[in-house]
Amino acid sequence: MADKTPFSIVGKPLPKVDAWAKCAGETIYADDLNLPRMLYGKLLRSPHPHAIIKRMDTRRARALPGVHAVITGEDLPIKFGILPVSQDEEALAREKVRYIGDPVAAVAAVDEETAEEALKLIDVEYEPLPAITSIDEALAQSENRIHEYNKVGNIQKAVALEFGDVEEGFAEADYIREDIFFYQGSTHLPMEQHAAVAAYGPDGKLTLWSSTQTPHYVHRALAKVLEMPPSHIRVIATPVGGGFGGKSDPFSHEIVAAKLSMLTGRPVKITLTREEVFYAHRGRHPVLMWVKTGVKRDGAITAMHFKTFLDGGAYGSYGVASTYYTGALQTVTYKIPRYKFEGMRVFTNKPPCGPKRGHGTPQPRYALEVHLDKIAEDLGLDPVDMRRRHLVDENSLTVNWLRITTCSLKACIDKVIEASGFRQKFRRLPFGKGVGFACSSYLSGAGLPIYWNHMPHSGVQIKIDRGGGVAVFCGSIDIGQGSDSILAYVVAEILGIRPEDIRVVTADTDLTPVDLGSYSSRVTVMTGNAAMEAAEKLKDLLLTVAGEKLEVPKNRLVAVDRRIFDAEDPERSISFVEAVQLAEARFGTLGSVGSYKPPESPGKYKGSGVGPSPSYSYTACVAQVDVDPETGLVTVEKIWIAHDIGRSINPLLVEGQVEGSVYMGLGEALMEEQVFRKGLHKIPSMLEYKSPTTLEMCDVETFIIEKPDPHGPFGAKEVGQGPLLPVPPAVANAVYDAVGVRIDEVPITPEKVLKALEAKARGEDGRYGPSRIPDVAFPAPTTVDVPPEWQPAIVAEGTS
Amino acid sequence: MDKQLITLRVNGEVHELAIPVHKTLLEVLREDLHLTGTKHGCELGECGTCTVLVDGQPVLSCLALAVEWQHRDIVTVEGLADGPRPHPLQQAFAELGAAQCGYCIPGTLLTAKALLDHNPRPTRQEIKEALSGNLCRCTGYIKIIEAVERAAQRMAAQTAFAESAAR
Ligand code: FES
Ligand code: FES
Repeated sequence: MADKTPFSIVGKPLPKVDAWAKCAGETIYADDLNLPRMLYGKLLRSPHPHAIIKRMDTRRARALPGVHAVITGEDLPIKFGILPVSQDEEALAREKVRYIGDPVAAVAAVDEETAEEALKLIDVEYEPLPAITSIDEALAQSENRIHEYNKVGNIQKAVALEFGDVEEGFAEADYIREDIFFYQGSTHLPMEQHAAVAAYGPDGKLTLWSSTQTPHYVHRALAKVLEMPPSHIRVIATPVGGGFGGKSDPFSHEIVAAKLSMLTGRPVKITLTREEVFYAHRGRHPVLMWVKTGVKRDGAITAMHFKTFLDGGAYGSYGVASTYYTGALQTVTYKIPRYKFEGMRVFTNKPPCGPKRGHGTPQPRYALEVHLDKIAEDLGLDPVDMRRRHLVDENSLTVNWLRITTCSLKACIDKVIEASGFRQKFRRLPFGKGVGFACSSYLSGAGLPIYWNHMPHSGVQIKIDRGGGVAVFCGSIDIGQGSDSILAYVVAEILGIRPEDIRVVTADTDLTPVDLGSYSSRVTVMTGNAAMEAAEKLKDLLLTVAGEKLEVPKNRLVAVDRRIFDAEDPERSISFVEAVQLAEARFGTLGSVGSYKPPESPGKYKGSGVGPSPSYSYTACVAQVDVDPETGLVTVEKIWIAHDIGRSINPLLVEGQVEGSVYMGLGEALMEEQVFRKGLHKIPSMLEYKSPTTLEMCDVETFIIEKPDPHGPFGAKEVGQGPLLPVPPAVANAVYDAVGVRIDEVPITPEKVLKALEAKARGEDGRYGPSRIPDVAFPAPTTVDVPPEWQPAIVAEGTS
Repeated sequence: MDKQLITLRVNGEVHELAIPVHKTLLEVLREDLHLTGTKHGCELGECGTCTVLVDGQPVLSCLALAVEWQHRDIVTVEGLADGPRPHPLQQAFAELGAAQCGYCIPGTLLTAKALLDHNPRPTRQEIKEALSGNLCRCTGYIKIIEAVERAAQRMAAQTAFAESAAR
C-alpha cells in the first residue's frame, strides 16, 4: 500500500510491543506464577448432568496429610453471574448440580497430587434427576426445572420485537421464502487452560491473578461473593493465552482460589485441566433458526421475520445478551424495512454457553446468507448483485434503530469478487468444485456496559518521565489481539515518539483506570479514543512550551520522531525530551487522563441495549471448495476476504485478526462441534474435539478496506470478530455450487453432505438440515415505532 | 514418594535434581527449573504446546518422563537466542506478528527450529507438515508459516555468507 497518510506510526506494520517477550518465552501467563508457600487448589465436579446433592462429607479429605483446606458451597453461598439479570451461579453448587462438571467442593493442598487424592475422599451423595439435553426436551419437560428463578419451565428468556408491521411488508412482496437452519455449538479451545492465583495477606487484602478477559467484572464478582470492599481486592489479568470469549465470565475457580487463600493465609493456584476447560465452556450456543423473508422481484427485502432457539446450557452467563444478539444485527447489512424477531433461550443440563467470537451473530448470519443465496437462485438473480443493490446507506438508522456511520461493504464486495474470479467460476466450475459468497457486519464495541451506569467504558492515564519515557496505564487486557500495542501506537503517534519509548501498564485494578474488558470488539475503538484524549492533553502542554522556546505559533508545530518542529521551517526544532523538561518546569509533574463512552443510542425500546455500537465493520467473503462426492469431504481451497476496518492502525495485526477469524470460521463450518450423550460430553479432549491444523487451514487472501470512521481512533473500526461471520455461509453456498446440495446445518460434515447427495439421487430434496421448529408460543411482540426514514410513506417511495 | 537423583542438561547447563520418578519433563522444566517458557495445553500429548528439543528432535515434554532423558541435550525456548541476539525464527515471528496470544509460540518455534536444522530450505507443504502437531488457535497459522519461510531465507543467506567468507 502506498504511504499516503500523514502518520508516522499508524498504518505501519510494526512489531507488537510484546512480540519479543512472547517469542522469547518470557511472557508470564497465570499458570507461570509461582509464589512462596503457594498451595494448589482442585475442584470436585459433578459426575451427574442433573441431580440433587443429598449429603456431602469432607472429613476424610480434611484428614489427609498435606491438605490445608476443604470447602463446599456452604462456604460461598452468594450467587453471582456476569449479567445482573442472571445471578444464577454458585462458586460451588449447594443444593443441586446442573451439568457434568458443575463444581461442588474444593481442596487446597501442598501439591496437585495431594489435592486430587483429597478430592477422591470427599463423599457426595446425589439423587439423580432426569437430564435435559436438547431444546425439545427443555420445552417438553417444563415441570423438570433446571432453575427456579425464570418465569416458565426451562425457558430462561423469550423475547419478541416487531419493527413496523411485517405482515404489511410480506403483503408487498413479490416472493416469500421460509427456511430452517441449525448451527451447532462449538467451544473456544484456547491453548492456555484457565488459571488463577490468589494471595490473601495479613493486611486483609486479596490479590487475584487470572487469565481473564474481564478483570473489572471479576473484581465486582469477587467483592460480591466474598463480601469484601472492592478497595481491598486487586485483580490483575495476566496476558491471556487465547480467549475468544471463553474467559469473559467470572469463574468458579477464581472465587474458590480466593476463598482458599483467605482460609489458609497462603497463596493458592488453580489451573484447570483441559477436560475442565471443556466444562467451563461459555462457547457458541447451538441455535435453531427459522427465517421468512419477503422480497421484490429485484431482491429488495420488504419484510423479514426471524426466530431463534438457543440451547443455553445450565446457567445464564451472557445468555440473555446472546439471545438478543441472534436477532439484532440482521438489519445492519441490507435494507430491511420491516422486521420481526422472536428469540428464546432454554436451560439444558450441559456446560453453559456464552460468548464466542461473534457472540450470537455467526448463527443468524449463516442462516441469513444461505437463505439469501436461495432467494437469489429462486428469482434468477445474481447472488452478488442482489445483495450489492440493497446495502444499507451510510449515516442512516436501521429499522431497529441502530446507527450506521460508515459502510464500505460495496468496496469489499467488489474486491473479493474480482480477486477470486467469482463471475467466471460461479455455476461454471466442474462438478465437485464450487464458489460461494457471503457478507456480514459486526459491532465495534457494545454501546452499553454490562451493568447499568453512566461512567466511561474505558480510561487511560499517561505519565511522562523527565528522560522522555512515557508510561500508559489502562485497564484493558491483551488477549493476543494486540491491545497493549494499540495503546502504544496511538500515544506514540500523537506525542511524536516511538512505541518502544512507551511502557504500557494494563489490566490491574489497583493501578489502571477501568476498561470494561476484551469483549464485543470494543478495545481498539474505546481504549484508542481514551488514549488519544489523554495524549492530546499532554501534547498541548509540550507544544505550548516548544512554541515559546522556538518562537513559533503552536498550530505550526509538528511532533514526529522524538522532535517537535516548525512545519514551515523544520530546522527550527527541539527534542521531545527537551520539551518534556520545559513542560515539567512550567506546569509541574506531567500526567493526564482520557476517557471514552460510546455515543448514546437512538433506540429507546426495551431490548434496545443490545446491538448499538459506535460503528459497524463490514466483511465480504468468497470461498472456493472442493467436494468429494464419494466421501462427502469438503476441502476449502481458498478464502478471499475483504474487511472494512475504517482505518488500519497496524496492517499486520489486522491481517492477523482476519486470518485467525477465517480459521475459526472454517473450523465451525467444517468440523468443530460440542456433542453430548446423555449429558456426558462426548469429547472433552483436544484429540477428539477436531479443530483445523496447518494441514486443514486454507489459503487466505485478505484485503483491508479503509475509509475512516468518525467514531474510531484515527478512524478505526473492529476486526477481531467480524471476519469470522461470512465464512460458514460462504462455504455452505460454495458446497451448493459444487455439488448442488444445501447443507442447512453446520458443521458441514462428510456424513451430512453424503446424506444430502443420496437424497438428491433418490429424487428428493437435496438438502440436509432441520425440518421443524418447536411449536411454542412467544410472548406478544413489543411493537416499536420505526425511525422516520422507515415510515411507510417514505419506504413506498424508496422502493417504487 | 520415590525420588531419584537425576542429571539434566538443559540449554547447555547441567542440573542435578532429586525428583519423583513419575514427574514429566514438562513438570521438571516448569516447576523445578522455573523454565516457564515451555507451556502446556493438554498434558496428554494432543496439542504440541509443550514441545522441546531433545538432541535436536521435537519431543512432547508432557509425555516424557524426566528420568528417561538424562544426559541428553535438551533445548527449551529460553535456549533459542544466541545471548542477547534473537534466533532468526524469533526475529521473523516478532516482525510478522506471528505471535498473537503467544501461548503456542515456544513449542512452534522449537518444532520449526528442528525442521530448519534438518531441512534448511523447506517447501510450504513441508513446513505445514512439520507444524501440523502444533495447534494454534489465534493465527490461522498463516503468519507462522510465513515467518518460518522468512527465517529459512535469512538463515540460508547467512550460511552462504559465512561459507563464502571462509573460502
Ligand atoms: S501439553 Fe499438549 S501435547 Fe503436551
Ligand atoms: S498465538 Fe495464540 S495459540 Fe498460537
